[in-house]
Amino acid sequence: MARRYLTPALLVLLMASAIGLQAMRERGGELTTQGDSVLYVRSPATLQRLALSYDQIVADVYWIRAIQYYGDTRLGRTPDQSYSLLYPLLELTTTLDPYFKVAYQFGALFLAERAPGGPGRPDLAIKLLQRGIEAQPDDWRLYHAVGFVHYWSYRDYATAADWFRRASKLPGAPIWMDPLAAVTLAEGGNRQSSRLMWRQIQQTATDDWFINEAGRRLKQLDAMDQIELLQTVVEAFTAKNGRAPADWAELARDGYVRGNLVDPNGEPYRLEGSTVNLAPKSRLLPLPWEGQKLQ
Amino acid sequence: MRTVRIIGTVAVSVFRESVRDKVLYNLVAFAVLLMAASYLIGQLTAGQDIKIIKDLGLAAIATFGLMIAVFIGIGLVWKEVERRSIYSLLSKPLSRAEFILGKYCGLGLTLVVNVTVMVVAWYAVLAVMATTVPPQVRAEWVAPATDIGMLRAVGLILVELMLVTAIALFFSTFSSPFLSAGLTLGLWVIGHFSVDLKNFQSVVDSPAAAMLARGLYYVLPNFSAFDIKQQVVYAHPVPAAYLASTALYGVVYIGFLLVASVAVFSRRDFK
Repeated sequence: MARRYLTPALLVLLMASAIGLQAMRERGGELTTQGDSVLYVRSPATLQRLALSYDQIVADVYWIRAIQYYGDTRLGRTPDQSYSLLYPLLELTTTLDPYFKVAYQFGALFLAERAPGGPGRPDLAIKLLQRGIEAQPDDWRLYHAVGFVHYWSYRDYATAADWFRRASKLPGAPIWMDPLAAVTLAEGGNRQSSRLMWRQIQQTATDDWFINEAGRRLKQLDAMDQIELLQTVVEAFTAKNGRAPADWAELARDGYVRGNLVDPNGEPYRLEGSTVNLAPKSRLLPLPWEGQKLQ
Repeated sequence: MRTVRIIGTVAVSVFRESVRDKVLYNLVAFAVLLMAASYLIGQLTAGQDIKIIKDLGLAAIATFGLMIAVFIGIGLVWKEVERRSIYSLLSKPLSRAEFILGKYCGLGLTLVVNVTVMVVAWYAVLAVMATTVPPQVRAEWVAPATDIGMLRAVGLILVELMLVTAIALFFSTFSSPFLSAGLTLGLWVIGHFSVDLKNFQSVVDSPAAAMLARGLYYVLPNFSAFDIKQQVVYAHPVPAAYLASTALYGVVYIGFLLVASVAVFSRRDFK
C-alpha cells in the first residue's frame, strides 16, 4: 500500500523541489548576457533552401522575431539601439513569404522612422516595398506605402503624389487615394494633409498595430497644434511682463490659460523658461520632425 | 477479391497495432499545440494570428504525418522479422506481395485517420478564432478563416505522406530501421531541392555534372511539387490540372516503390 503512493509522492516532492530551486535561483539574480541579438542566417536564398517546405511557418517565426526585436529595441532592452537587424529580419520574412503584406507595411512605417523610434533608413523601407511590389504588382497598399515614405521621410511631395496616383489606379484602391495625390501635390507638408493621411490609415488599416500607430501620430499632430497655441500665449505673457512666466499657475492666475494643460495622452505640458514642451515621459515623444516643424 | 480481402485484413491489423502503440496520441499533441498557439500567437504577431494558425496547422499536419510515415514505415517489415513473427505469417495463405501491400495500406489508413482528425481540429480552432475578429477586418481577408480551398494543400500533403511511407517501406524490406530512417529522410530532403537539381547547369561548368543532376531531378521524388501551402493560405489559384498531375505523379511513384518493395521482399531469404 505504502509503495503505491511512493512514486507519486516522490514525483511531487521532486517537482516541488525543482520549482523551489528555480524560485531561489531567480532571487539570486540571472547571469547577465552581454551579447546582442544574433541572426545566424542572413542570406535569404540560403534560408529559403534550409526551410524545405516549411518556408511559410519559418517566415512567421521571422516575422514574430522582427516585431519582438523592434519592440525590444524601442523600449531600450537591447544594447544595440541602431535597429541593425530590422531590415534583415523583414527581408528574410518577405523572401520566405513574398505575400506577407503586413511585413512590408511594417517596414515602410518603422524602417523610415528616425531614432529612437526606428533606424531612420527610408532607403531600406523603399527597397523592401519595391520587393513587395515585384511580388504583388497590383496591391495599392504597397504603392501608397512608398508614397508615404517619400512624404514623411524625404518630404518629396511630388514623388509621393506620383505614388499615390499610381496607387489610385490599381484595383480595390479607395476613392480617397486620387484626392490624396492632388492634396499632397498642392499642399504637401501641410499639417492638415498629414492629419488626413493618418486618419485614412487609421480607418482602413486592418491590424491593431497600424491603427494604434496612426492614432498615436494623430495625437502627435494635435499636440503640435496645442504646443504652438500655448507657445503664443507664453510669448504674449513674456511680451507684456518682460519676463517668462514662472509656471502654468502664474499664467492661469493672469487669465491666459485655464483648466488642465495636458497633451492628448493626458501628460502635463512642460514649461521650460519661455518654451513649451511635452513631458519627458510623454508617449508622444519624439514629435515628428522635431526641430524642423511642419509648415 | 481474395487478395483484396487479405490486404484489407493485414491493413486493419496494422492500423490496430498503431492504435495500440499509441500513435494516435500525436493528435492530442497537435490539438494542444494549436490551441496553445492560437492563444499565444494572438499576443505576439500584431494581427497576423489567423494567417499564422493556417501556416502552423498545415506545417504541423505535414510534420506529424512525416514522423508517423517515417518512423512507423521503417518498422513495418523489420518488426516482423525481428520478432520472428514473419515465419508464422508467411506460412499462412498470404503472399509476400499481399503482406507488403497490406502493411502499406494499413499505415496509409493510419495516416488518413490522423490527417482527418488534425484537419477537423485545425478548422475548429480557426472557426473559433475567426469569431474574435471584427467584421470589418474579416471583410479585408482574401479568404475566410475556414476556407475550404485549403483542403487542396492537405490533399497533396496526404499524397506526399503516402509517398514517404512507400519509401520507408521500400527501405525497410532490406535495411535496418536506423539506416531506413536516414535514407528516407535523406530522400525527403533531397526531394525538396528538385528545383536546384533542375537548374544545376547554371552553377557548374561540367556538362557531365549538369547532366547527372538533371538525371537525378527526374529520377528522385520531387517533394517540392506537393507543397502548395503558400498558395492556399493566400487563396491564390491552383489549377486543377496541376493538382491532378501532381497527385498522379505521386500515385505512379508510389506504385513504382511498392512494386520494387514486393520484388525485393520476395527475394529475401528468411531461413
